[in-house]
Amino acid sequence: MWVILWTDALLYLLVGVALLGVWQVRRSPHLLENWCRVVRNPLGMAASVVLGVYGVIGLADSVHVRSAAAEGQVVSMLDVLLTPLRESTETSYSAPFATHGFTKVSVTHDDGTVSRAYPRLTHGGSHLERPQERGRDILVRALKALALAALVWLALAAAAAGRVARRRAAGWRAAVRIMAGGRDVLPWRALLVTVGVLLALLFLAVELAPRYHVLGTDKVGQDVFYQTLKSIRTGLVIGTLTTLVMLPFAIGLGVAAGYFGGLVDDVIQYVYTTLNSIPGVLLIAAAILTVQIYMANHADALGTLEDRADLRLLALCIILGITSWTGLCRLLRAETLKLREVEYVQASLGFGVSHTGIITRHVVPNLMHIVLITVALDFSGLVLAEAVLSYVNIGVDPTTNSWGNMINSSRLEMAREPVVWWNLAAAFVFMFTMVLAANVFADAVRDAFDPRRS
Amino acid sequence: MTDVLLRVEGLRTVLDTADGEVRAVDGVDFDLRRGRTFAILGESGCGKSMTAFSLLRLLPPGGRVAAGRVLLDGVDLLRLSEKAMRRVRGGRIAMIFQEPQTALNPVMRVGDQIGEGLVRHRGLRGRALRAEARELLVQVGIPDPDRRLDAYPHQLSGGMKQRVIVAMALAGRPDILIADEPTTALDVTIQAQVLALLRRLQEELGMTILLITHDLGVVAEMAHEVGVMYAGELVETGERDAFFAHPRHPYARRLFAALPDAAKKAGRLVSIPGMVPPLTRRFTGCRFTERCDRAFAPCAGEIPAWTPVDDRQAVRCHLYTATPPAVAEGIAEPAPPPPAGAIADAKGPLLEVRDLGVHFPVRSGLLRRVSGAIRAVDGIDLRIPEGHTLALVGESGCGKTTAGKALLQLIRPTRGSVRFEGTELTTLERAALRPYRRALQIIFQDPYASMNPRMRVDRIVEEGMRSQGLGNTPGERQDRVDRLLEQVGMDPAVKHRYPHEFSGGQRQRICIARALAVSPRLVVCDEPTSALDVSVQAQILNLLRALQDELGLAYLFITHNMSVVEYLAHEVAVMYLGRIVEFGPTERVMAAPAHPYTRALLSAVPVPDPRARRDVIRLGGDPPSPHSPPAGCHFHPRCPEAMAVCRTVYPEAVERGDGHRVACHLYTGQGDTPSR
Amino acid sequence: MMAYILRRVLYAGPILLGVNVLTFALFFLVNSPDDMAYMHLGERHVTATAVESWKAERGYHLPLFWNGEAAGAGTFKETIFFQKSLGLFAFDFGRSDSGRDIGYDIGQRMGPSLAIAVPVLLVGLAVNITFALVLVFFRATYVDVWGVVLCVALMSVSSLFYIIGGQFLIGKLLRLVPISGYDGGLDGLKFLVLPVVVGVVSGIGAGTRWYRTLFLEELGRDYVRTARAKGLPESVVLGRHVLHNALIPILTGVVVLLPLLFMGSLIIESFFGIPGLGSYTIDAILAQDFAIVRAMVFLGSVLYIVGLLLTDISYTLVDPRVRLG
Repeated sequence: MWVILWTDALLYLLVGVALLGVWQVRRSPHLLENWCRVVRNPLGMAASVVLGVYGVIGLADSVHVRSAAAEGQVVSMLDVLLTPLRESTETSYSAPFATHGFTKVSVTHDDGTVSRAYPRLTHGGSHLERPQERGRDILVRALKALALAALVWLALAAAAAGRVARRRAAGWRAAVRIMAGGRDVLPWRALLVTVGVLLALLFLAVELAPRYHVLGTDKVGQDVFYQTLKSIRTGLVIGTLTTLVMLPFAIGLGVAAGYFGGLVDDVIQYVYTTLNSIPGVLLIAAAILTVQIYMANHADALGTLEDRADLRLLALCIILGITSWTGLCRLLRAETLKLREVEYVQASLGFGVSHTGIITRHVVPNLMHIVLITVALDFSGLVLAEAVLSYVNIGVDPTTNSWGNMINSSRLEMAREPVVWWNLAAAFVFMFTMVLAANVFADAVRDAFDPRRS
Repeated sequence: MTDVLLRVEGLRTVLDTADGEVRAVDGVDFDLRRGRTFAILGESGCGKSMTAFSLLRLLPPGGRVAAGRVLLDGVDLLRLSEKAMRRVRGGRIAMIFQEPQTALNPVMRVGDQIGEGLVRHRGLRGRALRAEARELLVQVGIPDPDRRLDAYPHQLSGGMKQRVIVAMALAGRPDILIADEPTTALDVTIQAQVLALLRRLQEELGMTILLITHDLGVVAEMAHEVGVMYAGELVETGERDAFFAHPRHPYARRLFAALPDAAKKAGRLVSIPGMVPPLTRRFTGCRFTERCDRAFAPCAGEIPAWTPVDDRQAVRCHLYTATPPAVAEGIAEPAPPPPAGAIADAKGPLLEVRDLGVHFPVRSGLLRRVSGAIRAVDGIDLRIPEGHTLALVGESGCGKTTAGKALLQLIRPTRGSVRFEGTELTTLERAALRPYRRALQIIFQDPYASMNPRMRVDRIVEEGMRSQGLGNTPGERQDRVDRLLEQVGMDPAVKHRYPHEFSGGQRQRICIARALAVSPRLVVCDEPTSALDVSVQAQILNLLRALQDELGLAYLFITHNMSVVEYLAHEVAVMYLGRIVEFGPTERVMAAPAHPYTRALLSAVPVPDPRARRDVIRLGGDPPSPHSPPAGCHFHPRCPEAMAVCRTVYPEAVERGDGHRVACHLYTGQGDTPSR
Repeated sequence: MMAYILRRVLYAGPILLGVNVLTFALFFLVNSPDDMAYMHLGERHVTATAVESWKAERGYHLPLFWNGEAAGAGTFKETIFFQKSLGLFAFDFGRSDSGRDIGYDIGQRMGPSLAIAVPVLLVGLAVNITFALVLVFFRATYVDVWGVVLCVALMSVSSLFYIIGGQFLIGKLLRLVPISGYDGGLDGLKFLVLPVVVGVVSGIGAGTRWYRTLFLEELGRDYVRTARAKGLPESVVLGRHVLHNALIPILTGVVVLLPLLFMGSLIIESFFGIPGLGSYTIDAILAQDFAIVRAMVFLGSVLYIVGLLLTDISYTLVDPRVRLG
């Protein structure tokens, strides 16, 4: 049975908007050319691929069903795919690839004596007859995975080379040489290297993750790799839905203020100066606290635990959106002021074209590059903000998987002796990769769309 | 033979761009002789500025000199170390730039900016430094130099800034001054001041000048030798008088022919078809072949060599090496003369403007109360009969563009009346005004800003029709778009393309088609050719003229270019600081300007004929701000003939016969006591 | 000039009133004082009298806007809005929900906040500008390319990692300075080093890249070409002409932050145990002490508006083109 959470619905809407955008871009040579510039940029291309993988994982985690197998729990497609990871919980901490627990527990032996020892894990490495075989086992499996990855990669590379060869009506060798020399329109080297690395990681994960806890387990024995994969969705939702919430305000009010001027402008400027004058974190804190109380006091009306966690995530997006539209609004207002005086708008006024006509045909299309650049640049900032807010307890629900919550819990772990580092490391690696890819992508978008940079 | 100070040999400069390698300068040779001015003449994109930057090795990012030698006293500048080159820059060769508004550091005092060169090249310090900087300001004719030393650039007018830049260039006592379009951004009266300054400095200091310009008039006035540049190479060089008497290269000849003036009023202007070929291309023949009316067999396949015509001129053209097929010499005048002002002023004016005023409020004080107003347009009267062209002339900031927009109700006037065929437009509401929008259209100056880059050409041209409800079906409208594009000389197939694919001239044609789409009766042309090269300007002027004959359009032609006025306009109105100071039939005003301002304006225009010795009436100072115009006649502080009464009373317009009216006390009969 | 400042101060009034009404709405309208009382007293199992006394202790028992029972001005004055919200305009912050004097706490905690925030700002500015100048000097070379890549990588790391990493590396592994804590006077220096270093390092990526962009933008301007045409060496062109022009947006961007330095840094202070206003705010958020959050929101807005005013004034000082009027 399908279950559609609020954030799911909005994400679907976003995907719809994105598809609409793609359709629009295909029709307009202008936009197409700009996007071509993004993918022709090697770093931009690599970043798009990485973001694409994150996006697929996030979307797979956004299709929810009420599973009969899991006692009527709401689970996502990703959960279904990762069932072995989800269900293989240990009792407490264990290091990556460990076969034994991280802390000693009292073990009662057959003869009734009690001693303290590291317990064998229930799932991690449980397929091994003897724990000593672990090194060999991992090596063999890793090599197998890498070999498979290499095969798939070669097939993909050959397909790509075939395409280039056909398009250029050149020989196979010539095509390979063109691609290796970076002389084709697409940056094949960057693309294939990225795909290669991702394929290797994918096959390694498929081969190893069901048998070991590749990133260890946390305090309650949950697989960290599973958690960090689940956190991707939270990051994506915060980074994208916030924008979706913010855009109507920013565009509508910014254009109205710049185009109509006068009293409209005064009122809108007053509103955004007021909102802007409250330090962001405090406004978010204040709003989230209120929402928290409201939700605590109206818990029954808001459905199940998952529903409430989801609503809190949505509330966070809305609050972040409301506090962050002012910057874009101001940019758009300034640009609209300029556009209003531009000669093609004056020419339209000279034809007696209606305000709606001018705004939709001349003003908004010529603002979209600013919107796009801002959205791309904001994304990474929002993902980072989630971590900080969750750390201060004004972020997502503590039961929601998120990098912020992972970091928050790892604070005490770092003070342990010996250090429990994998929780933090996992959050760091996954978050850093996504934010870095987003930043690089945003740079590529800005270079392609900003008229001052061409 | 004067001695050669700087010799340029085989200079090649390339720019790496997204479209590939652009050979901006492709094998240029010339000599600069001591104490003389060499002018490089060419249209935009021909590589003349790149040549100048190459000499100083100040190329923009992506640019590099690929080959050639630049010999200054026998030393190749292109082989010097960067450190040694810095001693040459400013010390031996100085440069002044086109855009005085941006060429000065906005946050540094003028004195300090001049001082930098003095410290660098002459090692001056302290009091001597300041004294020398002051001396330089005096030398370039800046009044009140002590105060100006401590001024910031924004406190100076455009002309004053250009003088400061000249002073900066002089600081290192250079032998050579490169002037890159030094007056293009300036108004004509200020241009006259700066050109005079450069000539005086050359006489006093014996300086050698490399002048880069697109203006034949400036060349005639300033140069000793001329080089004509086209598509990255020089195509003709020669002494000035010889060049102006007999331009040899077909390109140079057509440049002359394309210039509008009164003498050509009778016919169409000669324009150069097509565009400059892209410089990414490798050329196998003459670069001008495709646009040349004299091209013959060898032109396309053989690169022409330098051919001396006589000892004063050399040209790169096959016409002078091989025997071309015979054609009638002289450039044909293709069209019969149109009857000027053919449609008589019988029915009364199409548009009548009375006492039109546009004031922009100035707010100040605690509560931002309106404390005054900038009177951008301050009570002007105009009448435009059907089928006539009225030129509105003035320098930048005089309010001519504002007047044009106010007339179309794009800016609502503060006072006065605008009547179109008897209907008062200023009081109409937005909706009621809409039918009249059809009759009144506008063409703008900047062909790059006047079309929405995100719309296809057919949508752009169609917009007015849709808004005005013309054409019942999309098919009908598309048919009309096709016909309109043909009418402005474009292939209807281009309608599926986007504006960025067109050149400036083509864009201006599309803009004209857009305006014509609603069948207007009056078109306001706001400097439609000032952003275009001379050869393209001629195309557009021809087109506007043809459309007027064909459709009986009336034009309000806003411009600062006197020769365009002479060529195109039936009547002319001269504007100064928001008011019209002189109005009358073009021939009459041009032949016998009555107002001192008109006289100065006309005399300041450089004439592309070195034999035409003219007495420039040089105006002192700069136009005052419309925020606080001088009392009495606005022009009196700059007027060479100002009288006592001019300081107190604004003169009434006086009729001088034939519809020639002048607002000046010389003619009101009040000014019988000249003050100086 | 005076008229301008006065007008700006007058304009600040409506904005602060807006902030005031907004926070009031957030804290008292979305959730009633009863809700807050329940929240604090432990959800459901509370008696109505306990709720009433909790409210009365904190002055939340009054009506929101209009007191019908009071006489005269009291109908307006004896309300939550007047006492809790409008009082802020007189910088009367009142008492926190746990009974502490907020005004006194703020006074006590400003010092430690500034002790961290000011060095972070100044050192960060110097470091970032230097790095950016180096990148620009080597523009279009590998130094620049890799420098930018490094900047993007640095700014992709969450500030939390910088803090945890810094504490772990310098505090725990190398044992150079204490991990957290605070002390007044010179003894306290050892406590300041780590937070300041972490604060500076976490800002290097974004800061350097931003300043580099500003410098490059200035480098493309015409006056730079004029300066080069004078024969000035590149170091002078960068150091004198470009830097001076680019400093205008940099300085004015900094000035708006100056007053907000009083508010401290939320995360750094709470991680390093600095008793400043940042950790005060965090503690209040964690304890859901709305009186303190309200006070800090208002204080932050006031400081921001002061910052805007200072920005405008600083423009007139560093940019000769700007005159206020």
